[in-house]
Amino acid sequence: MRPENEADLAAMIRAANAPLRIRGGGTRLHPGEDAPGLDMRGLTGITLYEPAALTLVARAGTPLAEIEAVLAAEGQMLGFEPDPRAGSTIGGVAGANASGSRRLSAGACRDAMLGVRFVTGTGEIVKNGGRVMKNVTGYDLVKLMAGSRGQLGAMTEIALKTAPIPPVRATLRLDGLDDAGALAAMVAALSGPYDISGAGRLPDGRVILRLEGLPGSVELRAQALSRTLQPYGQPETVEGDADFHALRDFANGGAGALWRIVLRPSQAGAMLAQLPGRYAIDWGGALIWAEAPPGWAPALRPGERAVRVRGEAASLPAPDPVTARLNAGLRASFDPRGLFGGMA
Amino acid sequence: MEMPAPDAGVIARRETIAARLCAVLSDPAALITDPVETRAYECDALSAYRCPPLMVVLPATTAEVSAVLKICAEEGVPVVPRGAGTSLAGGSMPTADAVVIGLARMNAVLEISAEDRLIRVQTGRTNLAVTGAVDGQGFFYAPDPSSQLACAIGGNIAMNSGGAHCLKYGVTTNNLLGARVVLMDGSVVDLGGPMGEGLGLDLLGVICGSEGQLGIVTEATLRILPKPAGARPVLIAFDSAEVAGACVAEIIRSGILPVAIEYMDRPCIAATEDFCGAGYPQCEALLIVEVEGTPPEIAEQLGLIRDIASRFNPLEFRESGSEEESRRIWLGRKSAFGAMGVISDYMCLDGTIPVSRLPEVLARIGELSDKAGLRVANVFHAGDGNMHPLILFDANQPGDLERCEALGAEILRLCVEVGGCLTGEHGVGVEKRELMAAQYAPADLEAQMAVKDVFDPGWRLNAAKVFPLAASAARRGQDAA
Repeated sequence: MRPENEADLAAMIRAANAPLRIRGGGTRLHPGEDAPGLDMRGLTGITLYEPAALTLVARAGTPLAEIEAVLAAEGQMLGFEPDPRAGSTIGGVAGANASGSRRLSAGACRDAMLGVRFVTGTGEIVKNGGRVMKNVTGYDLVKLMAGSRGQLGAMTEIALKTAPIPPVRATLRLDGLDDAGALAAMVAALSGPYDISGAGRLPDGRVILRLEGLPGSVELRAQALSRTLQPYGQPETVEGDADFHALRDFANGGAGALWRIVLRPSQAGAMLAQLPGRYAIDWGGALIWAEAPPGWAPALRPGERAVRVRGEAASLPAPDPVTARLNAGLRASFDPRGLFGGMA
Repeated sequence: MEMPAPDAGVIARRETIAARLCAVLSDPAALITDPVETRAYECDALSAYRCPPLMVVLPATTAEVSAVLKICAEEGVPVVPRGAGTSLAGGSMPTADAVVIGLARMNAVLEISAEDRLIRVQTGRTNLAVTGAVDGQGFFYAPDPSSQLACAIGGNIAMNSGGAHCLKYGVTTNNLLGARVVLMDGSVVDLGGPMGEGLGLDLLGVICGSEGQLGIVTEATLRILPKPAGARPVLIAFDSAEVAGACVAEIIRSGILPVAIEYMDRPCIAATEDFCGAGYPQCEALLIVEVEGTPPEIAEQLGLIRDIASRFNPLEFRESGSEEESRRIWLGRKSAFGAMGVISDYMCLDGTIPVSRLPEVLARIGELSDKAGLRVANVFHAGDGNMHPLILFDANQPGDLERCEALGAEILRLCVEVGGCLTGEHGVGVEKRELMAAQYAPADLEAQMAVKDVFDPGWRLNAAKVFPLAASAARRGQDAA
């Protein structure tokens, strides 16, 4: 089914008597989520864009690429950093809470989401939040919808914070470090006043650190950061941030099983030691993308989270009973007929 | 302020309830039943409305909070959570049948990890004391509500507090990584996780800003940031609100990311000059823009800001050249509320508007103010559109408070009408509860109340807040008025 507007969508949901998986471009699905259902790509269009207020509102099926092109024409970008995937929609980005390397400094997709409209499993049209930067009026259902993977309702419109494209970008590279050295170098960089907007490690072992901003500022911070990093080697400073595209492509390309592991940077060293294959690191050590043979699963310590995003469906650990009860209660409340399915 | 009639049955069982609560507290002094002492908890910073609670509990541990809530659930007692009682919206205002659970004794630092850039604290700790705990290691906690000396992190989480520097660093929800939450039935759950990521839905995101209606947060894991090398403000004076608003828009668009852009109008400037003599120019609109970095980085940003501002022909562009000059530039802004308090009683509003609508909204506030015969001074966070109109009134003049509240409601409706919201950082509480219908349709409120149904099915926790009383009546077990 492919609704063309919000009212159609609500009518389709009210009339539905079989499961309806909500999907946009289908570019960020996890294993087990690929099923026919509600195609949201008919609800398109940017309904408001005020560059001077750093605000954009778009219907959920609007292609991410279209939004980024409109923003770029005004010298702006989204207030977070979703990885571009061919066919990706803004609703899919929001439903997956897709947040790239800039999460370190600018936050996640959920942090840039100012408001939503969505249709619940009973066909009710609900709005929450708004289009302004600061809003504590009532409960924050925007956060609840962000990353909800279509389990609670079908988002129809999303208000987002935008940001000016930084005039200058530079990347500092450090080569030849072992795991412990690479993690320590990232921690050292992120502990100083350098305003780093990306810190990761490519599969080839290179540590990459991104600086953005006004030209003079980037140059000064690059010099200061280079001095701080001397114990780990002499960094090479290059213009632009192509290395971060390579980092993002590691998670996006490939064929075998891929795990997404989120943990504290202080836990990362022990995790890296048990990985069976190639890996990349983002968020200064808090995010690991790991290739693994089909049967492998990470041994997690308290607080660590792992999802297999390619291969067989797996999500670890299982939620504790209270969290499970709250998750199930909210799903039952927003989607009492269980139409929307969602993650295992 | 209308509040639900207290449950006479609960009040009649006061002794029994007190005995049961006392039995689960390690320190008997943690239970306060003496009416003289409970009076200290009769209101928060919205002091126009008061009601002493049935009793007050000051637990020392999460386990005690859990045991107390379990008893209150069994006894059918309403519960009002309280951080430091600095809410401007009546978020911790009690009813006569309520047990107030205060976090004052829970202020320990549980963990600091410089490597993971986080701190874990008990939520009775004050906002400023969080930064105080990590300052020596070169870090700070970013959200800085103006009550930060007194306000508790638990209250910051309940209200999703902001502050002057959120233009760059975000508000509480953007800096909260995890929370230990006690639900009304006494169950304890850890929400969030590394990078704030929990298991399944973003329950941490919905707890933050839920005004103490979903659970009591006893521990919080907060993101800490490296302290900037330095900061410097610049003061820019204009003879028109339109021009000042256009200048703000240009600065925001330029790619400079100031940490704060503050705005004051003529009545506010006049009052602060009388109060503290900050030396501000008398003008229609005054901006304070602060940038951060090392001295050369600051110079680069201020150079660009000067270029932008000069295109708008400012009356004055005053750059700080020293610590002392920076202090003086901030002095008037930071004294603004105190200054208004000296000349008059005032009510502080908190609506947010799209920054593009600023001149129009200021003009219309002026018209509403004339019509009501009450003066309004404006001071606000211009970078993010969070306005703080201060309505001046005389509390000793019969009818003045009511006229002031009516004008406040009109101004907030105006904020919603132009695409903004009722409250940017103070919360709804009891104060703006009945205005919620101006911003949200019944289905929107229903969806929010359905969330409370899941966390607190009996509607015992801080229940008569946030939602219009008539809308929540059936859930609270009352007949709709």
